Amino acid sequence: MNLTVFALTGAALVGLGVYGLLALPHLLRRVIAFNLTGSGLFLFFGAAGARVGVLDAIPQALIITGIVVALSASALAVGLVVALARSSGKVVLPDEDPSP
Amino acid sequence: MTLALDLALCALILGVALAAVAGAGVFRAVIFFITYGLFVAIGWARLGAYDVALAEAAIGAGLTGVLLLAAHGRLRRMQADTTERRSPTLSAALAGGAIALALGWAWFALPAPQPPDVAQALPQTGVGNPVTAVLLNFRAWDTLLESIVLLAALLGVWMLARDADWNAPLGPRYHARPDGVLAYFGRFLPPIGLSFGVYLVWAGAESVGGAFQGGTVLAGVVLVAMMAQLLRPPRVSQAMLRAALVLGPGVFLLSGLAAVGLGREFLSLSPAIAKSAILIIEAALTISIAVTLALLVIGPAEDPEPGR
Repeated sequence: MNLTVFALTGAALVGLGVYGLLALPHLLRRVIAFNLTGSGLFLFFGAAGARVGVLDAIPQALIITGIVVALSASALAVGLVVALARSSGKVVLPDEDPSP
Repeated sequence: MTLALDLALCALILGVALAAVAGAGVFRAVIFFITYGLFVAIGWARLGAYDVALAEAAIGAGLTGVLLLAAHGRLRRMQADTTERRSPTLSAALAGGAIALALGWAWFALPAPQPPDVAQALPQTGVGNPVTAVLLNFRAWDTLLESIVLLAALLGVWMLARDADWNAPLGPRYHARPDGVLAYFGRFLPPIGLSFGVYLVWAGAESVGGAFQGGTVLAGVVLVAMMAQLLRPPRVSQAMLRAALVLGPGVFLLSGLAAVGLGREFLSLSPAIAKSAILIIEAALTISIAVTLALLVIGPAEDPEPGR
Protein backbone atom coordinates (compact mmCIF):
# COMPACT_ATOMS: atom_id res chain seq x y z
CA MET A 1 0.00 0.00 0.00
CA ASN A 2 2.74 2.46 0.98
CA LEU A 3 4.65 1.59 -2.19
CA THR A 4 1.57 2.36 -4.27
CA VAL A 5 1.48 5.83 -2.69
CA PHE A 6 5.07 6.51 -3.79
CA ALA A 7 4.54 5.01 -7.26
CA LEU A 8 1.44 7.11 -7.93
CA THR A 9 3.26 10.19 -6.62
CA GLY A 10 6.04 9.40 -9.10
CA ALA A 11 3.50 9.03 -11.92
CA ALA A 12 1.90 12.38 -11.02
CA LEU A 13 5.36 14.04 -10.94
CA VAL A 14 6.15 12.75 -14.43
CA GLY A 15 2.85 14.18 -15.68
CA LEU A 16 3.52 17.51 -13.95
CA GLY A 17 7.01 17.64 -15.46
CA VAL A 18 5.74 16.91 -18.97
CA TYR A 19 3.10 19.62 -18.56
CA GLY A 20 5.82 22.07 -17.46
CA LEU A 21 8.10 21.13 -20.38
CA LEU A 22 5.32 21.79 -22.88
CA ALA A 23 3.54 24.76 -21.32
CA LEU A 24 6.20 26.94 -19.67
CA PRO A 25 8.08 29.27 -22.02
CA HIS A 26 10.72 30.40 -19.48
CA LEU A 27 13.71 28.12 -20.11
CA LEU A 28 14.90 27.86 -16.49
CA ARG A 29 11.43 26.64 -15.56
CA ARG A 30 11.75 24.06 -18.29
CA VAL A 31 15.00 22.80 -16.78
CA ILE A 32 13.15 22.45 -13.45
CA ALA A 33 10.27 20.62 -15.18
CA PHE A 34 12.75 18.28 -16.89
CA ASN A 35 14.25 17.46 -13.48
CA LEU A 36 10.78 16.81 -12.03
CA THR A 37 10.06 14.33 -14.83
CA GLY A 38 13.30 12.47 -14.19
CA SER A 39 12.87 12.47 -10.45
CA GLY A 40 9.27 11.22 -10.73
CA LEU A 41 10.42 8.35 -12.95
CA PHE A 42 13.12 7.43 -10.43
CA LEU A 43 10.50 7.36 -7.67
CA PHE A 44 8.22 5.13 -9.77
CA PHE A 45 11.14 2.85 -10.64
CA GLY A 46 12.33 2.75 -7.00
CA ALA A 47 8.87 1.82 -5.73
CA ALA A 48 8.63 -0.90 -8.39
CA GLY A 49 12.03 -2.28 -7.33
CA ALA A 50 10.98 -2.33 -3.67
CA ARG A 51 8.02 -4.67 -4.26
CA VAL A 52 10.14 -7.71 -3.38
CA GLY A 53 10.50 -6.52 0.23
CA VAL A 54 13.49 -4.20 0.51
CA LEU A 55 14.63 -1.97 -2.33
CA ASP A 56 17.04 -4.01 -4.44
CA ALA A 57 20.60 -2.76 -4.95
CA ILE A 58 20.46 -2.74 -8.76
CA PRO A 59 17.62 -0.19 -9.11
CA GLN A 60 19.32 1.89 -6.40
CA ALA A 61 22.61 1.92 -8.32
CA LEU A 62 20.83 2.77 -11.60
CA ILE A 63 18.93 5.61 -9.91
CA ILE A 64 22.14 7.09 -8.45
CA THR A 65 23.68 6.94 -11.95
CA GLY A 66 20.53 8.65 -13.27
CA ILE A 67 20.67 11.44 -10.69
CA VAL A 68 24.29 12.23 -11.63
CA VAL A 69 23.55 12.18 -15.36
CA ALA A 70 20.50 14.44 -14.79
CA LEU A 71 22.78 16.97 -13.08
CA SER A 72 25.25 16.95 -16.00
CA ALA A 73 22.39 17.42 -18.48
CA SER A 74 20.95 20.25 -16.34
CA ALA A 75 24.33 21.97 -16.14
CA LEU A 76 24.67 21.88 -19.93
CA ALA A 77 21.07 23.08 -20.36
CA VAL A 78 21.55 25.96 -17.92
CA GLY A 79 24.77 26.91 -19.72
CA LEU A 80 22.86 27.05 -23.01
CA VAL A 81 20.10 29.17 -21.42
CA VAL A 82 22.66 31.68 -20.12
CA ALA A 83 24.42 31.75 -23.52
CA LEU A 84 21.09 32.39 -25.26
CA ALA A 85 20.28 35.21 -22.84
CA ARG A 86 23.76 36.70 -23.45
CA SER A 87 23.32 36.75 -27.20
CA SER A 88 19.62 37.61 -27.52
CA GLY A 89 18.64 39.14 -24.16
CA LYS A 90 15.73 36.72 -23.86
CA VAL A 91 15.14 33.57 -21.85
CA VAL A 92 12.51 32.12 -24.17
CA LEU A 93 13.05 30.39 -27.49
CA PRO A 94 12.72 32.74 -30.50
CA ASP A 95 9.74 30.94 -32.05
CA GLU A 96 7.86 31.03 -28.74
CA ASP A 97 8.49 34.71 -28.10
CA PRO A 98 5.18 36.59 -28.20
CA SER A 99 6.90 40.00 -28.48
CA PRO A 100 9.51 39.67 -31.23
CA MET B 1 0.40 5.20 11.15
CA THR B 2 3.24 4.80 8.66
CA LEU B 3 0.70 5.05 5.86
CA ALA B 4 -0.41 8.44 7.22
CA LEU B 5 3.23 9.55 7.30
CA ASP B 6 3.84 8.46 3.70
CA LEU B 7 0.60 10.04 2.52
CA ALA B 8 1.56 13.34 4.16
CA LEU B 9 5.07 13.16 2.72
CA CYS B 10 3.81 12.47 -0.81
CA ALA B 11 1.27 15.27 -0.49
CA LEU B 12 4.14 17.62 0.46
CA ILE B 13 6.27 16.36 -2.47
CA LEU B 14 3.43 16.95 -4.94
CA GLY B 15 2.60 20.32 -3.36
CA VAL B 16 6.10 21.78 -3.66
CA ALA B 17 6.49 20.28 -7.16
CA LEU B 18 3.26 22.01 -8.19
CA ALA B 19 4.52 25.26 -6.67
CA ALA B 20 7.80 24.90 -8.60
CA VAL B 21 5.95 24.46 -11.90
CA ALA B 22 2.94 26.73 -11.51
CA GLY B 23 3.95 29.25 -8.82
CA ALA B 24 4.65 32.90 -9.63
CA GLY B 25 8.26 33.95 -10.15
CA VAL B 26 11.26 31.95 -11.36
CA PHE B 27 13.26 32.63 -8.19
CA ARG B 28 10.48 31.14 -6.09
CA ALA B 29 10.26 28.16 -8.46
CA VAL B 30 13.97 27.46 -7.85
CA ILE B 31 13.52 27.64 -4.07
CA PHE B 32 10.54 25.28 -4.24
CA PHE B 33 12.56 22.90 -6.41
CA ILE B 34 15.32 22.76 -3.76
CA THR B 35 12.68 22.07 -1.08
CA TYR B 36 11.24 19.41 -3.36
CA GLY B 37 14.64 17.67 -3.57
CA LEU B 38 14.89 17.53 0.21
CA PHE B 39 11.38 16.06 0.58
CA VAL B 40 12.14 13.46 -2.10
CA ALA B 41 15.33 12.56 -0.21
CA ILE B 42 13.14 11.85 2.86
CA GLY B 43 10.93 9.74 0.59
CA TRP B 44 13.95 7.67 -0.49
CA ALA B 45 14.88 7.15 3.16
CA ARG B 46 11.29 5.94 3.75
CA LEU B 47 11.79 3.42 0.92
CA GLY B 48 14.97 2.19 2.63
CA ALA B 49 17.23 3.51 -0.15
CA TYR B 50 19.67 5.50 1.99
CA ASP B 51 22.34 5.70 -0.74
CA VAL B 52 19.80 7.24 -3.12
CA ALA B 53 18.55 9.56 -0.37
CA LEU B 54 22.10 10.91 0.10
CA ALA B 55 22.60 11.30 -3.67
CA GLU B 56 19.24 13.09 -4.07
CA ALA B 57 19.90 15.48 -1.16
CA ALA B 58 23.47 16.26 -2.25
CA ILE B 59 23.06 16.32 -6.05
CA GLY B 60 19.33 16.74 -6.76
CA ALA B 61 18.63 19.39 -4.15
CA GLY B 62 22.11 20.76 -3.37
CA LEU B 63 24.14 21.09 -6.57
CA THR B 64 21.17 21.49 -8.94
CA GLY B 65 19.85 24.16 -6.57
CA VAL B 66 23.15 26.09 -6.63
CA LEU B 67 23.26 25.74 -10.41
CA LEU B 68 19.75 27.17 -10.86
CA LEU B 69 20.24 29.95 -8.30
CA ALA B 70 23.51 30.98 -9.97
CA ALA B 71 21.84 30.96 -13.40
CA HIS B 72 18.96 33.07 -12.10
CA GLY B 73 21.46 35.58 -10.69
CA ARG B 74 23.36 35.71 -13.99
CA LEU B 75 20.19 36.28 -16.01
CA ARG B 76 19.30 39.16 -13.70
CA ARG B 77 22.75 40.72 -13.98
CA MET B 78 22.53 40.49 -17.76
CA GLN B 79 19.20 42.27 -17.45
CA ALA B 80 17.66 39.63 -19.67
CA ASP B 81 13.96 40.02 -20.33
CA THR B 82 12.60 37.58 -17.75
CA THR B 83 8.99 38.70 -17.73
CA GLU B 84 6.77 35.69 -18.01
CA ARG B 85 3.78 35.61 -20.25
CA ARG B 86 1.85 32.64 -19.11
CA SER B 87 -0.54 30.86 -21.34
CA PRO B 88 -1.70 27.64 -19.70
CA THR B 89 -2.42 25.36 -22.61
CA LEU B 90 -5.00 22.63 -22.59
CA SER B 91 -3.00 20.34 -24.85
CA ALA B 92 0.00 20.38 -22.48
CA ALA B 93 -2.27 19.59 -19.53
CA LEU B 94 -3.85 16.75 -21.50
CA ALA B 95 -0.44 15.31 -22.46
CA GLY B 96 0.84 15.49 -18.86
CA GLY B 97 -2.36 14.01 -17.48
CA ALA B 98 -2.37 11.18 -20.03
CA ILE B 99 1.23 10.21 -19.22
CA ALA B 100 0.53 10.27 -15.47
CA LEU B 101 -2.58 8.11 -15.94
CA ALA B 102 -0.71 5.66 -18.19
CA LEU B 103 2.05 5.28 -15.59
CA GLY B 104 -0.55 4.82 -12.85
CA TRP B 105 -2.21 2.08 -14.90
CA ALA B 106 1.20 0.48 -15.55
CA TRP B 107 1.82 0.25 -11.80
CA PHE B 108 -1.20 -1.99 -11.29
CA ALA B 109 -0.54 -3.99 -14.48
CA LEU B 110 3.16 -4.71 -13.82
CA PRO B 111 4.04 -8.32 -12.98
CA ALA B 112 5.90 -8.90 -9.69
CA PRO B 113 9.67 -8.56 -10.27
CA GLN B 114 12.18 -11.37 -9.81
CA PRO B 115 15.38 -9.54 -8.96
CA PRO B 116 18.78 -11.20 -9.26
CA ASP B 117 20.01 -12.01 -5.77
CA VAL B 118 22.88 -9.60 -5.17
CA ALA B 119 23.29 -10.78 -1.58
CA GLN B 120 24.39 -14.23 -2.71
CA ALA B 121 27.24 -12.92 -4.88
CA LEU B 122 28.19 -10.15 -2.43
CA PRO B 123 31.10 -12.00 -0.69
CA GLN B 124 33.00 -12.18 -4.00
CA THR B 125 32.76 -8.46 -4.69
CA GLY B 126 35.12 -7.30 -1.95
CA VAL B 127 32.64 -4.80 -0.44
CA GLY B 128 29.76 -5.10 2.01
CA ASN B 129 27.46 -2.41 0.58
CA PRO B 130 25.42 -4.05 -2.21
CA VAL B 131 24.91 -0.69 -3.97
CA THR B 132 28.68 -0.10 -4.15
CA ALA B 133 29.10 -3.71 -5.34
CA VAL B 134 26.67 -3.05 -8.21
CA LEU B 135 28.20 0.34 -9.10
CA LEU B 136 31.88 -0.66 -9.02
CA ASN B 137 31.77 -4.39 -9.77
CA PHE B 138 28.65 -5.94 -11.34
CA ARG B 139 27.74 -2.95 -13.46
CA ALA B 140 31.12 -1.25 -13.70
CA TRP B 141 30.43 -0.44 -17.37
CA ASP B 142 27.59 1.91 -16.35
CA THR B 143 29.75 3.72 -13.86
CA LEU B 144 32.72 4.04 -16.25
CA LEU B 145 30.49 5.51 -18.96
CA GLU B 146 28.78 7.75 -16.39
CA SER B 147 32.12 9.26 -15.39
CA ILE B 148 32.77 9.92 -19.09
CA VAL B 149 29.31 11.51 -19.50
CA LEU B 150 30.27 13.95 -16.73
CA LEU B 151 33.43 14.88 -18.66
CA ALA B 152 31.48 15.28 -21.91
CA ALA B 153 28.96 17.59 -20.20
CA LEU B 154 31.81 19.68 -18.78
CA LEU B 155 33.40 20.00 -22.25
CA GLY B 156 30.01 21.11 -23.57
CA VAL B 157 29.69 23.75 -20.84
CA TRP B 158 33.24 25.01 -21.48
CA MET B 159 32.52 25.40 -25.20
CA LEU B 160 29.82 27.95 -24.37
CA ALA B 161 32.50 30.48 -23.44
CA ARG B 162 33.13 33.26 -25.95
CA ASP B 163 36.34 32.84 -27.94
CA ALA B 164 37.94 35.88 -26.34
CA ASP B 165 37.24 34.52 -22.84
CA TRP B 166 38.59 31.01 -23.44
CA ASN B 167 41.61 31.46 -21.21
CA ALA B 168 39.87 33.62 -18.61
CA PRO B 169 39.21 32.14 -15.14
CA LEU B 170 36.20 29.81 -15.05
CA GLY B 171 32.86 30.97 -13.72
CA PRO B 172 31.57 34.36 -12.60
CA ARG B 173 33.57 36.57 -10.26
CA TYR B 174 32.37 36.23 -6.69
CA HIS B 175 32.57 39.03 -4.20
CA ALA B 176 32.63 38.16 -0.51
CA ARG B 177 32.93 40.85 2.15
CA PRO B 178 35.93 39.94 4.33
CA ASP B 179 33.82 40.06 7.52
CA GLY B 180 30.61 38.77 5.92
CA VAL B 181 28.70 35.54 6.37
CA LEU B 182 30.07 33.97 3.17
CA ALA B 183 33.69 34.55 4.16
CA TYR B 184 32.93 33.04 7.56
CA PHE B 185 31.30 29.96 6.01
CA GLY B 186 34.21 29.70 3.59
CA ARG B 187 36.54 29.19 6.54
CA PHE B 188 34.16 27.23 8.77
CA LEU B 189 32.53 24.69 6.42
CA PRO B 190 35.43 23.23 4.35
CA PRO B 191 37.09 21.27 7.21
CA ILE B 192 33.73 19.70 8.16
CA GLY B 193 32.82 19.03 4.52
CA LEU B 194 36.23 17.52 3.77
CA SER B 195 36.01 15.08 6.69
CA PHE B 196 32.41 14.18 5.88
CA GLY B 197 33.08 13.72 2.16
CA VAL B 198 36.10 11.48 2.71
CA TYR B 199 34.15 9.55 5.35
CA LEU B 200 31.27 8.95 2.92
CA VAL B 201 33.65 7.50 0.32
CA TRP B 202 35.44 5.31 2.87
CA ALA B 203 32.24 4.12 4.57
CA GLY B 204 30.58 3.50 1.20
CA ALA B 205 32.40 0.18 0.83
CA GLU B 206 30.58 -1.34 3.79
CA SER B 207 27.59 0.86 4.63
CA VAL B 208 25.77 3.95 3.34
CA GLY B 209 27.86 6.26 1.14
CA GLY B 210 30.01 6.03 -1.96
CA ALA B 211 32.19 7.87 -4.45
CA PHE B 212 29.35 9.92 -5.94
CA GLN B 213 27.85 11.07 -2.64
CA GLY B 214 31.29 11.80 -1.13
CA GLY B 215 32.51 13.47 -4.32
CA THR B 216 29.45 15.73 -4.33
CA VAL B 217 30.10 16.85 -0.75
CA LEU B 218 33.71 17.61 -1.73
CA ALA B 219 32.44 19.54 -4.78
CA GLY B 220 30.33 21.58 -2.34
CA VAL B 221 33.47 22.34 -0.32
CA VAL B 222 35.28 23.53 -3.47
CA LEU B 223 32.28 25.72 -4.41
CA VAL B 224 32.01 27.34 -0.95
CA ALA B 225 35.76 28.04 -0.94
CA MET B 226 35.54 29.59 -4.44
CA MET B 227 32.49 31.72 -3.58
CA ALA B 228 34.26 32.96 -0.44
CA GLN B 229 37.25 33.86 -2.67
CA LEU B 230 39.56 31.61 -0.68
CA LEU B 231 40.19 29.47 -3.75
CA ARG B 232 40.99 31.19 -7.03
CA PRO B 233 38.87 30.00 -9.97
CA PRO B 234 41.02 27.81 -12.25
CA ARG B 235 41.64 28.26 -15.98
CA VAL B 236 40.90 25.64 -18.64
CA SER B 237 44.58 25.45 -19.61
CA GLN B 238 45.89 24.34 -16.19
CA ALA B 239 47.56 20.93 -16.51
CA MET B 240 46.81 19.94 -12.90
CA LEU B 241 43.14 20.65 -13.43
CA ARG B 242 42.98 18.53 -16.56
CA ALA B 243 44.83 15.71 -14.80
CA ALA B 244 42.32 15.78 -11.91
CA LEU B 245 39.44 15.59 -14.39
CA VAL B 246 40.69 12.47 -16.20
CA LEU B 247 42.22 10.72 -13.17
CA GLY B 248 39.04 8.80 -12.22
CA PRO B 249 37.95 7.59 -15.66
CA GLY B 250 41.63 6.91 -16.49
CA VAL B 251 42.28 4.71 -13.45
CA PHE B 252 38.94 2.95 -14.02
CA LEU B 253 39.75 2.27 -17.67
CA LEU B 254 43.30 1.08 -16.84
CA SER B 255 41.98 -1.34 -14.21
CA GLY B 256 39.59 -2.73 -16.82
CA LEU B 257 42.42 -3.15 -19.32
CA ALA B 258 44.64 -4.73 -16.64
CA ALA B 259 41.94 -7.35 -16.13
CA VAL B 260 42.07 -8.12 -19.86
CA GLY B 261 45.88 -8.40 -19.63
CA LEU B 262 45.48 -10.96 -16.82
CA GLY B 263 43.21 -13.05 -19.00
CA ARG B 264 39.94 -12.00 -17.40
CA GLU B 265 37.03 -10.09 -18.88
CA PHE B 266 37.20 -6.30 -19.34
CA LEU B 267 36.31 -4.51 -16.07
CA SER B 268 35.97 -7.75 -14.09
CA LEU B 269 37.65 -7.89 -10.69
CA SER B 270 39.19 -11.04 -9.24
CA PRO B 271 37.71 -11.63 -5.75
CA ALA B 272 41.19 -11.73 -4.19
CA ILE B 273 42.04 -8.12 -5.06
CA ALA B 274 38.50 -6.73 -5.48
CA LYS B 275 38.45 -4.81 -2.20
CA SER B 276 41.70 -2.92 -2.77
CA ALA B 277 40.96 -2.38 -6.48
CA ILE B 278 37.54 -0.88 -5.67
CA LEU B 279 39.06 1.41 -3.03
CA ILE B 280 41.71 2.69 -5.47
CA ILE B 281 39.15 3.22 -8.26
CA GLU B 282 36.75 4.96 -5.84
CA ALA B 283 39.48 7.26 -4.51
CA ALA B 284 40.46 8.32 -8.05
CA LEU B 285 36.81 8.65 -9.12
CA THR B 286 36.01 10.79 -6.08
CA ILE B 287 38.67 13.36 -7.00
CA SER B 288 37.45 13.56 -10.61
CA ILE B 289 33.77 13.68 -9.59
CA ALA B 290 34.41 16.45 -7.05
CA VAL B 291 36.33 18.63 -9.53
CA THR B 292 34.00 17.92 -12.47
CA LEU B 293 30.80 18.63 -10.51
CA ALA B 294 32.19 21.86 -9.02
CA LEU B 295 33.29 23.09 -12.47
CA LEU B 296 29.94 22.07 -14.04
CA VAL B 297 28.19 24.27 -11.48
CA ILE B 298 30.41 27.36 -11.84
CA GLY B 299 30.11 27.27 -15.64
CA PRO B 300 32.21 28.42 -18.59
CA ALA B 301 35.05 30.94 -18.60
CA GLU B 302 33.87 34.54 -18.29
CA ASP B 303 35.41 37.92 -18.98
CA PRO B 304 36.87 39.12 -15.65
CA GLU B 305 35.72 42.69 -16.34
CA PRO B 306 32.42 42.58 -18.19
CA GLY B 307 31.42 45.76 -19.97
CA ARG B 308 34.96 46.79 -20.92
